[in-house]
Amino acid sequence: MTAAKTLKIGLGIVVIAALIIVPMNFNRYGLFILSQWAVMTIAAMGLNLTLGYAGQVSLAQGAFVGIGAYTAAIMTSNGLPLIGALGVAIVLCFAIGWILGYPALRVQHHYLAFVTLAFSTLAFLVFRNEDWLTKGIYGISNIPRPEIFGYPTRRPLPFYYVCLGSLALVSLAVWWLIRSPWGRAFIALRENPVRALSLGIDTRRYTLMAFAIGSALGGVAGTLYAPLTQYVDPVPFHLSLSLDLLMMVIVGGSGFFFGPFLGAMIAVLLPEWLRFTQGYYLMLYAIAVIGLLIYSPTGILGILDRFISERRTKAASAQRAVAKAKLEVTP
Amino acid sequence: MSNLLDLLIAGLATGAIYAIVAVGFTLLWQTSQTINFAQGEFVMLPAFLMLAVMHAGAPFWLAILIGIALSLLLLGLGFKMLLVDPMLRHGVLPLAIATMALAIGIKEAAKQFWSAEASPFPSIIPGGDITIFGRVVALQSIGVLVLAILAVLGLTTLLNRTSIGHQMQAAAQNPTVARIIGVPVERMILLTFLINAFLVALASLLITPIYLAKFSNGEVLGQAAFIAAIVGGFNQVRGAIAGGLLIGVVDNLSAAYVSTQYRAAVPLVLLIAIILFRPQGMLGRPEERTV
Repeated sequence: MTAAKTLKIGLGIVVIAALIIVPMNFNRYGLFILSQWAVMTIAAMGLNLTLGYAGQVSLAQGAFVGIGAYTAAIMTSNGLPLIGALGVAIVLCFAIGWILGYPALRVQHHYLAFVTLAFSTLAFLVFRNEDWLTKGIYGISNIPRPEIFGYPTRRPLPFYYVCLGSLALVSLAVWWLIRSPWGRAFIALRENPVRALSLGIDTRRYTLMAFAIGSALGGVAGTLYAPLTQYVDPVPFHLSLSLDLLMMVIVGGSGFFFGPFLGAMIAVLLPEWLRFTQGYYLMLYAIAVIGLLIYSPTGILGILDRFISERRTKAASAQRAVAKAKLEVTP
Repeated sequence: MSNLLDLLIAGLATGAIYAIVAVGFTLLWQTSQTINFAQGEFVMLPAFLMLAVMHAGAPFWLAILIGIALSLLLLGLGFKMLLVDPMLRHGVLPLAIATMALAIGIKEAAKQFWSAEASPFPSIIPGGDITIFGRVVALQSIGVLVLAILAVLGLTTLLNRTSIGHQMQAAAQNPTVARIIGVPVERMILLTFLINAFLVALASLLITPIYLAKFSNGEVLGQAAFIAAIVGGFNQVRGAIAGGLLIGVVDNLSAAYVSTQYRAAVPLVLLIAIILFRPQGMLGRPEERTV
């Protein structure tokens, strides 16, 4: 067990070091893609909390990324600091997510999917139509990148480190959250809400909380998205972003901590590697997702998990057999 | 006032198409707990199949027949065998998510194999206007309305008056008991998938001349059908019909009287209100909440 743990920690350090060192000689575009991966991972982690841990379907995560992006775009182009925009986006998305959680108290599953889908479309309409605030279809351009401790991040590499650092902070926070009593309450909510209630968990509050925290992380991703692309218009926050984020969570493995990392990697990087298929890659992606879901509805990490637990059971039963044989020999 | 009547007729015509699509949607839900998020793409696709057949040189009527046959094969049989059957054991949600992936796949396929541009599509109803009670009405609207009503009447007759219809309802309401009394449940479920495939092909035939054949048509149509199904009542065929007509009319009226920018928002607000205050829909029966 300890050997496995050392291996895990070692692997973690290698991956983190690689994420810091390898991109140093990437070109502008490669850095953009990697930064995008970090941003989408944050959004997918939020959705993973709502869907994977608390079991509440949401088709509105893309809308929260949009709300965050517009908050950042509007505030920073008016000269306010990005960190202030981040605070506003978190509070705003948390509050809206909390309100959006109310239908979840009444309805489940597909109805919830439809409510959040409706919200997503409504948010898109607001982005597109409220010209006075969002500049409508023309979008907001020339969004400045922030200065971190007086150090400008205008160039792609420093800004990539901003995204990576944010991802690290969010990961730590989520890691802590799912190991806290709250995280356990979320899982209880997913596994058996009635039993959770009978054990004294305030399911009402935790359902709303799952929505609110998940949405707030969507907002965090949005505040990074705006300075990353330096241009915000309604198109990227269409319903399809919410669907994409949902696919990322599902493909990676919903309810697994590392699921969103993997899912976002596949959704963001795979199109780049599959360039040679030209326009066909989304079709192939859709077919692959369906195939994966048929084989393993808990995603890629689900397959891994199944494989590991099978091996563990095998090892355990082998040990039992040995122990039993010893017992039979000794007397 | 005259404007209102025109809007009502146009609204009922699109609403009738929404109703057809919504009925198929509820049928799938009732018989096999399938929430088909690709229903809109299912409506978009048959028009492209027909266009492809016409492109190969076939006359329009033959293209329609081949198009319908291909829809039955792909969207009925293929959808059931390749996606729903293997996914059903994983539960409602993974299946719903798989249909979302399918929606993306179909949309991209239409874009890649045909074109990203909108293509014109011939209408089976002759153009022009007719005069009813001294009012000029587009023949197109009336024709769509009549055909849709005929389809819905045919379907309700099938469900309520024939033995097969009764067997289908039995299979939907209580598969275990239905199986005991000798209803071939599997065959009935397959039949609902085929009926759905036929309905979406029909809807495609009726709506594509109005909207033009475009790969992204499914988004709007699918949402309209979901909303119609939920507003009317998810577990009732007549609920879906009423919901479809209502959404069609509301959509057209809000475009004229609310704002063109927010016309799409009105049905969505209606949807949220219905889900919050009457989740079973206008005409639906309450479903027991599964825990």
